[in-house]
Order: sequence, then structure tokens, then C-alpha cells
Amino acid sequence: MSSPTPNHDDVVHSEPFLRSLMRRQLALSIACAATFLVALLGLPLLNYFAPAFMATRLAGFTLSWLILGVLFFPFVWIISYVFIKRSLRLEEAEVQDLHHVSSK
Amino acid sequence: MNLPLAFFGGVDPWIFTFSFITVALTLWMGFRSAKTSKTASDFFVAGRSVSVGWNASAISGEYLSAASFMGIAGMVMSSGYDALWYPVCYACGYLFLLLFIAGPLRRFGAYTIPDFAEGRFDSPMFRKIAVCFVLFIGFFYTMPQMKGAGVTLAYIFPGLPYWVGVVLVGAVITLNVALGGMKGITLVQAVQYWIKLFAITVPIFVLMAVVGFYNGQVGANLAYGETNASAANLNHATGIERKPLVAKAPADPAWIAPFGPLTTKAVNAAAAALPAEQRAAFLAEHQKPYSLVYTYSLIIALVCGTAGLPHILVRFYTNPDGVAAKKTTMWVMILIGVFYVFPPVFGVIGRNLMPELYSGVGAKGTDKVVLELPTLISAKYGVVGSILSGITCAGAFAAFMSTFSGLLVSMTGALAHDVYGRMLRPKSSSAERMVAFKLAAILIGGVAVTLGCFVEPLEINFMVGQAFAIAAASYFPLLFMSVWWRGMTMKGAATGMLTGGLCALGAAALTNLGTLALDKGPMGKIFAGFAPLNGYWAEHPLLRILCEQPAIWSVPLAITLMIVVSKATSAQVPADIRMKMLVLHAPEKLGLKQEYIQDHQAGAGH
Repeated sequence: MSSPTPNHDDVVHSEPFLRSLMRRQLALSIACAATFLVALLGLPLLNYFAPAFMATRLAGFTLSWLILGVLFFPFVWIISYVFIKRSLRLEEAEVQDLHHVSSK
Repeated sequence: MNLPLAFFGGVDPWIFTFSFITVALTLWMGFRSAKTSKTASDFFVAGRSVSVGWNASAISGEYLSAASFMGIAGMVMSSGYDALWYPVCYACGYLFLLLFIAGPLRRFGAYTIPDFAEGRFDSPMFRKIAVCFVLFIGFFYTMPQMKGAGVTLAYIFPGLPYWVGVVLVGAVITLNVALGGMKGITLVQAVQYWIKLFAITVPIFVLMAVVGFYNGQVGANLAYGETNASAANLNHATGIERKPLVAKAPADPAWIAPFGPLTTKAVNAAAAALPAEQRAAFLAEHQKPYSLVYTYSLIIALVCGTAGLPHILVRFYTNPDGVAAKKTTMWVMILIGVFYVFPPVFGVIGRNLMPELYSGVGAKGTDKVVLELPTLISAKYGVVGSILSGITCAGAFAAFMSTFSGLLVSMTGALAHDVYGRMLRPKSSSAERMVAFKLAAILIGGVAVTLGCFVEPLEINFMVGQAFAIAAASYFPLLFMSVWWRGMTMKGAATGMLTGGLCALGAAALTNLGTLALDKGPMGKIFAGFAPLNGYWAEHPLLRILCEQPAIWSVPLAITLMIVVSKATSAQVPADIRMKMLVLHAPEKLGLKQEYIQDHQAGAGH
């Protein structure tokens, strides 16, 4: 927590700061969402174009059933863990950058 | 004296005892916590000191409804692989919430979606529009809870008609809410989560230990390209026992493979209406492409809909800060993910060992497989089967009671405080508003029970999917676009949300009316007027799919309208939009956080 100086305030309220803030956050969110969506939307496509492969048996499950019914949950946990780590680091970096700019 | 005895004659004492204890405990906790927490702001402020673990359990407890507890198992049993999208997307929708919405909304400091709608666009008018959707989505969400209640009571008391269960449970919970109990207290909801997890895992592990594990039970079904001989070998190796399927059950390859009975229903109905010689060609051309469209539309509805459910977002503000909010979301995904692995197992085992449920309709159909399946081991282990069945009944009660009372509280709050307190009688006194709250609770409870009586032929899980589709086309575009695009105006947001939401609502209602007209029971007679709809759909299967799963067109429609209308009215972008965007996105350490919504206003929301 820093007591904002006028200079600091100007930076915070400037257009470029908000623009870069939103862009960095959106970039991270979209990267994580893209990983998730490739798997989520890709699975029906695999089912559609490679039905025989997706029906391969693995310990009784079909491959498709195993992915959707069991493996999908841990996959999403990993994405959310990575996102939280990175977004906390990003917020830290944003605060640091601001101190850096405003102390000049 | 004879009548009650005859009535209790077929009742299993264990099942009755467990269910009764759960109901009594829930009501008791509701009344107790109502005493300690009188106002909504008490609830929020107290909530802020709640740890991540308790809060995550509470969110999960509120989220897991009758659809999760009973509906998924029933649907996996009746439709197979395609139904697995429901549990997966129910759990994964939280990821979208985490990535795009939870953080900014938490920083903005609005407690509910109507609060956010008002604060983001400086428009009390828009608040009112947003409140209406709390009621629309709420009613669609209460119907499956009511069916859960009807099915469970009809199972516990075998002679009881479906509607008596709906009226009884609806009346008890409504009374409880009207008298002031059952506020969304963290502790009650958190305990409900652990009851539900216990009630689904313990019986299924005991069952699997006796009749064979998940993989073996799935393996007992023939897949693509397999013959009876290879299955016989497999069954011999795993020792899985199967009962013969009944006529109404889908065949093995259709059940275990993607694009099965759930997603191909419309095309199959269309093919059945054609002359016999054209059927094969029609199916070959249309069946798989159309069911791919169905699958994608379902995924969009469930993933986007989770991020727009009004009664879930509220809980994120009970976190002390944004970091805790993010950690809570992650724990919620883990807690509900763990839960969602198990309901499909009931469906799979039910298919192998309880196929007679396929022949049942309404309350006697596959939706009760979770309740009845544990009795399978009664033959071998006697009373253990009844005890386990009692435990799953208790879990079912926990599921529909916690979700229904949570919904009832938020809908009643919307009606009593936003509609009555702000729109109809802004000058009403505090005492008048308390009376209004009680009357609103009874009114909404009454409507929910009435709607619940009509939906016996519809699948629990399917109805919840419809509530998600409406949320996906109204609240999700609103939240997503308002958070990430500064050019949004109130008119753009309102046009997109209303059009998308109402289109989805209309499509869902049409689908239900068509399905009810097909029912063989009394509902079929009431809704017979809608039977021609099914004939029309038989000629246009793609339209039927787009009506049943509207998200694939209604979500893009809402977003497009928001962009177009906002561009056209760009002069009306709020003047302090840069400040609003900063509050939404700047790290909390910069100290920009600004509570737009004061506590007394928030009190109106919930």
C-alpha cells in the first residue's frame, strides 16, 4: 500500500495505463480459455471424425468416456491453478511497474 | 386409524428415518441461523470473515441441486455418453467465471447482478430489467427441484401420487422461508455440501465393491465395432453381471458412443415420419451433423450459463478479497468436480442391473435410479441396502431443499424489495416490506409448486439445462461484455440481454409444451393443443434442435445486438467509464476499490 502522489495518480488514471492493464489481463484469460476450449470443443470433433479410435477400450472404458467422464475434471483443475498463479503474479507486476514509472 | 397404517405399510423404516432426520436438521438449522442473522448485510459482513474452505463448501452446497444429485444419473442411464456433457460442463463452467468475470466483479463491489447492472450503467431502469430475469431463470430452475421432491416422496411412500410430494415439500420450504428461516447462511450450505458428497460416495463405493467397478460396468456394454462374442469374453474376465435390457432401453452401441439417443432424438423422429425406403438415406445424411450441432449448443449453454447464474455469483462477495475469491473458485471446482464423477456411475450400474426403470414414466422412471439402486444389495446384505438407500434419499432432500430455498429467498427478495419496495411503493415502511416479503414468498412458492406439478414427464436434468440456456443468453453476455468492453451503453446491454434471454425462454417453453403434449398421462390431455408442434418439428428436425438447445444462436445474437445497439447509441456511454473500468481491472493493492453499492441497497438484493 503506497500513499498515492499526484504524479502516481496521473499515471493510474491515464489512458495508456488502463489500456495495458486490460490487455495484459485479457491476454492471460484468453490464453487459459483457449487451452480449455480446444479440449472442450475438440472432443466432439474427435468423436465425429474418429469414432473407431475414440471407442478404443482402456480398462473397460471407451477412450472417449474415460476422457469426458474422468480425466476432464483434473484437466480443468490444472488450468485454474495455473491461471490463479499467473494472475496473482501479473497483479504484483502491475503494481511494481506503476511504482517504477511514478518514481521517475 | 387404519388409513395412516395402510399409507405407511409399504414404507421402509430406514429410508424414512434418514430422510426425516435430514429434513428436520435442515429446518432446524434454518430457523437457528435466522435468529442470529437478521438482515442481508449481517449475512454479507459475517460472510467476509469466512475462510476459503468453508466458503468453497458453501458455494458448492448451493450449486449441487436435484439435477446434479438425481438428474445426471437418470440421464446417463437413459441417454448414455451424451449425458456426460452435463456434469462436465456444470463443473467446467466455473472456469469461465474464474477467467473472465469473478475477479472484476469482486473488485467492483456489487453484490448481485442487478446491483452490477445499475452500477455499471448508472441506470436504475436497467436494474429493473435485470431483476425480471432473476425471476425467469429462477422459475425454470425451481421446476426440476420440485420434480426431485415429487420423485423422492413417491419413492419413500410408494402409494403417494407425484403431485402430493411436490405440494408437501414446496409448502414446507415456502413456510420456512416466509417465517424467516433458511437465509443463505454459509454454515448451512457448507454442511449441505458434505451431506451430499457423503450421500453419493458412500453408497456407490459399497455398491461397486459388491457388483463391480465403474470401468467394468461401462465395459459390459458393447461399443462401436464390437460383437457379442468379445463382450462375453470381457464380461467373463471382469465378472460383471447384467440383466436383459427392456424394449424401451437404447441399444449398447448407441448408448455408449457419442451422438446417441439424446442428441439424435429430433432426427430419429423426423426419419420415423418418412416413408420406410427413405429413412436410411435421411439418417445417413443428417443424423451425425445435426447431433454435432446439438452437442455444441448444449456445451455453450452449460458453460456460459454457469457464469451467469444469479444465485451463485452472490456468494463470491463473501470473500475478504480478490485473492481469496480466486482461491475459493478453484476449491469450488475441485469440490464439485469430485462430486460429479459419481452420479454417472449410478446411471451405468442402473443400466446393467435395474433395466426395468426404462419402462417407467415420470416419477417411476430413470430419474429415481440414485434412490433405488442401493436396494440391489438388500438380497445379499439385508438391511445394509435399505440404510444406503436411506442415505441417498437424505442426500436428495439436502439437494432440492438447499437449492429451492436459496432460489426462493433470492426470487422473493427480488419481488419484495426491487419490484414492490422500489417500483410499486417506494415510500412503504419497513414493516410493510416485511409483510410484502412474506406474501411474495408464499406467492412465488405457490407458483413454483403449481409449475412443478406439470413437469412430471420432463427429465430433471433437461429442465436445469434450460435454465442454464436462458442465463447463457441473458446474464452471461451482459457480464462478459460490460466487464471487457467500455463502449457498452445501457440501451445496447438491455436490448441484447432482453432479446437473447426472451428468445431462449420462448424456445425452451415451446420445447416443453411439445414434449408434454406427447405424454400418455393426464398432462398429455391438458397440453394436447400443442401436439401439431411435434408434427411440424418432425418435418424440420434442425429447427427442433435449435429450439431445444437455443444457446448456439441466442448467445451470439445477444452479443451482436449489444455491439450494434451500443455503437448506435455511443453518445450514451457513462461519462466516468474510465474510472469504472479502472475499478473493475486495477489490482486491489492500488487502493482504487470503490464500493458503488452501499450495504442498505445490497440488503434489497438478497
